Amino acid sequence: WILFQVHCHLIFLFFSASSQINFVLLISRQGKVRLTKWYSPYTQKERTKVIRELSGLILTRGPKLCNFVEWRGYKVVYRRYASLYFCMCIDADDNELEVLEIIHHFVEILDRYFGSVCELDLIFNFHKAYYVLDEILISGELQESSKKNVARLIAAQDSLVEAAKEEAGSISNIIAQATK
Amino acid sequence: RRRDSPPPPPQDSVERIVEDAAMDLSLNPFSSGTRLRDMIRAIRASKTAAEERAVVRRECAAIRAAISDNDQDYRHRNMAKLMFIHMLGYPTHFGQMECLKLIAASGFPEKRIGYLGLTLLLDERQEVLMLVTNSLKQDLNHSNQFIVGLALCALGNICSAEMARDLAPEVERLLQTRDPNTKKKAALCSIRIVRKVPDLAENFMGSAASLLKEKHHGVLISVVQLCTELCKASREALEYLRKHSVEGLVRILRDVSNSSYAPEYDIAGITDPFLHIRVLRLMRTLGQGDADCSEHVNDILAQVATKTESNKNAGNAILYECVETIMGIEATSGLRVLAINILGRFLSNRDNNIRYVALNMLMKAMAVDTLAVQRHRVTILECVKDADVSIRKRALELVYLLVNDTNVKPLTKELVDYLEVSDDDFKEDLTAKICSIVEKFSQDKLWYLDQMFKVLTLTGNFVKDDVWHALIVLISNAPELQGYSVRSLYKALQASGTQESLVRVAVWCIGEYGEMLVNNISMLDVEEPITVS
Repeated sequence: WILFQVHCHLIFLFFSASSQINFVLLISRQGKVRLTKWYSPYTQKERTKVIRELSGLILTRGPKLCNFVEWRGYKVVYRRYASLYFCMCIDADDNELEVLEIIHHFVEILDRYFGSVCELDLIFNFHKAYYVLDEILISGELQESSKKNVARLIAAQDSLVEAAKEEAGSISNIIAQATK
Repeated sequence: RRRDSPPPPPQDSVERIVEDAAMDLSLNPFSSGTRLRDMIRAIRASKTAAEERAVVRRECAAIRAAISDNDQDYRHRNMAKLMFIHMLGYPTHFGQMECLKLIAASGFPEKRIGYLGLTLLLDERQEVLMLVTNSLKQDLNHSNQFIVGLALCALGNICSAEMARDLAPEVERLLQTRDPNTKKKAALCSIRIVRKVPDLAENFMGSAASLLKEKHHGVLISVVQLCTELCKASREALEYLRKHSVEGLVRILRDVSNSSYAPEYDIAGITDPFLHIRVLRLMRTLGQGDADCSEHVNDILAQVATKTESNKNAGNAILYECVETIMGIEATSGLRVLAINILGRFLSNRDNNIRYVALNMLMKAMAVDTLAVQRHRVTILECVKDADVSIRKRALELVYLLVNDTNVKPLTKELVDYLEVSDDDFKEDLTAKICSIVEKFSQDKLWYLDQMFKVLTLTGNFVKDDVWHALIVLISNAPELQGYSVRSLYKALQASGTQESLVRVAVWCIGEYGEMLVNNISMLDVEEPITVS
């Protein structure tokens, strides 16, 4: 019976060729959440539970072990950068080596954007970290393999925001507000 | 620029906070309430959970007031605050409608933070989401490409089946736009749409196939992934893509594999490994069960398998995908040999990640070429003893699959020997597997008994009840071995009586066959007489 099950499992493995990342999680060594992005439906309650479970699993792993943990039938690929653990959850038969590269891709882009990124950057400018992530993944799939392009797109959008702010901060607006 | 300047140095002193507040007031006399940065600082400075809750409560109250007053000025930072509070785990549903208002606003900054709030604070199951459909439709038709991008991103991350159906025509249209940034987002958005409503797959297959001619890498990786998704969703799309895209895919892979150094896409000396991998994956989907397709991709697969450097992770990620594809399609035997060789190299790699992945691949290879996997039995057995629990588990599962009549005895011996020294948290898994194996091959009763006695002695507490029940049944039905059994169990009990199951089985045996024990009745050749006091 077990062999039959395994056989079915193997056949299934051949057919599914997804690469979807189910969620992205950034946690500090103390288990504080710095960023979460969910590409599969998880309620708020489920999300809290998932974070607690994974923090327990990952934060206790020694440094020499492989970067993959098996969890609830999924695989979670993680890598530690300074005080932060970058984690991405994928299906059991996905290419975990590639996901390691995706994590590194994300980290390098963050690094270039913030200029030698550190955990504080991600705390005080978390919304910007999300903007960066949204230029890298959509629906859990990779969107852009060129770090230069991602940087360019973020810069262009930041400029739009800057321009709008300057306009809003102009003297005339302040006067208009004062006389409201 | 003040609000988005780099964070302060880690030294958060009261003077600094006051100084900053004064600065801010001098620049904008109408500033009121705390800035995002100050709220974050206050939360981080909280020494207890109660303190933090107080800060959050105060901020939420201010935000609620601002929302009900329809305050326009600080909507942006209030939304940012809400998101931060949400990340801490506090409820923020009162802010959901604010997201909608921001999205409906006309400016880019409002939409940007509004859409972000939408994807963070809501999930697809919430009804509020439906209210965004109209704004999304408008934004998908906006003249500003970045706003179109925001809408595509939000839709791609969070849309429900209903929204997917509603907005599919807009997304289809956007696949034809000129801007590559928009195209790639539209392609990924289409993936989500097809996942939610597989019936729509056929609407996208034509565009997807023709987009494979694009040169922009972002568009290519998105479109290739879309094609893969379409094949999974629809038989018709699969056939269509088999007919129309194989040549193009081979060309894409060949070009990127042969490409000279391209700094923009280079990772560890390889040009765009992500593109390599996605194309390989699509080839697997198309070539599965299709001899024609498989033949078309044979050469390029061989090239990638032999040419790709395997000293860095990026190269190994490509090789991994390549092996998966070779094993998934109707490959030539030459190609299969290449694949198994790569597996063999991976298995002896010092990198834990590579070994782990190799074990996975070998499990899949079992269905394709059991003999080739058997050749790596010794290395796999070594992995059962690895320091890394992820690797141990994988290796054990693989060993279980490898057991056959020829190798069961030496394999079991290795496993039982390891049982003695293995970690406690692994003992349970290992015990279960050994019992399972031994039971399957229990035709050789004497051998079966020996293994079971050893396991009971070492880890009897992990042996399940039905397992030692079966043992007792076998002994009762094998009169020629009852003497041997009772004597062996007696000796085992003397050596170590800590395992409860061992004690139970031994006591039962002694109870049934005590005579044989005391009088050395029906001794086997291998036994020596013992004296029982």
